[in-house]
Amino acid sequence: MTTGEGTQRIPSSLRTEALEQLLTERGLVDPQTLDAIIATYETNVGPLNGAKVVAKAWTDPGYRRRLLADGTAAIKDLGFLGVQTEYVNVVENTPHSHHVVVCTLCSCYPWQLLGLPPSWYKDPAYRARVVREPRKVLSEMGLDLPDDVKITVHDSSSEVRWLVLPERPMGTEQLSEEQLAALVTREAMVGVAKVEAP
Amino acid sequence: MSAPVDADGPAAPPRSNGELVFAEPWESRAFGMAVALYEAGVFSWPQFQAALISRIERWQATATERARWHYYEHWLGALEDVVSGCIDVDGDDITARARALAERPAGHDHVH
Repeated sequence: MTTGEGTQRIPSSLRTEALEQLLTERGLVDPQTLDAIIATYETNVGPLNGAKVVAKAWTDPGYRRRLLADGTAAIKDLGFLGVQTEYVNVVENTPHSHHVVVCTLCSCYPWQLLGLPPSWYKDPAYRARVVREPRKVLSEMGLDLPDDVKITVHDSSSEVRWLVLPERPMGTEQLSEEQLAALVTREAMVGVAKVEAP
Repeated sequence: MSAPVDADGPAAPPRSNGELVFAEPWESRAFGMAVALYEAGVFSWPQFQAALISRIERWQATATERARWHYYEHWLGALEDVVSGCIDVDGDDITARARALAERPAGHDHVH
């Protein structure tokens, strides 16, 4: 690896443009392909995929069982596996047991289910602190859990990505699968929030 | 890749949670290049991931409290590292090209 003298003084925007030119000249990158990839992640890939998985699990007990037993296979059925989401473990939050996900070393995240990670997930403070003092960090993020709730922190710094199956909120018995999906937030599927009834 | 989703639906990504995916255009280009090179088989994702972890660790080991955290700068650094290990483009080439780009006259991209 080489980092040239004065690397720090060159703005990242210029280094990025330079790298794209060098890669394009070598036929390794096609600017139009880049445009398409970026457009996909800006508009198509996002938390709605994960929300659909959650809503299906809430309304279909058989799917919920399969999802918890083999998340990868159950999510594959819905077509949501892909880059950064090749293997998925699903963990279920209950009134007594709460799961929260972090990537302690970088920012591993199930892109195909939740989109690209939000800035707080990439932040060094969240990555370091949620392991040491999860109850306090969750409380600071607006989720106060009673002391008798067991908290488990899952580190996604490997090939496996984690998806939290949040608790279905009370009073949503009449809602359709589609209406339920609309309630499920990215934060709830990482385990830093609960799903609220409408 | 995942199935298409309704971009206007109630959980429409990525702005529904109040945050843009990329703060600046170069971040999206750096992101897209990593994905494109990975999809083309130039490097494996674990290779890129290891480079990213290494960049972040190095920053965390040396950063002062007031140092600015900028995720995509580490992403770009990791991309440069992994590219220079795979193909004939290294940090010096990138620096030289970036310097040349910096010397373009103002309005170079303005079509008359």
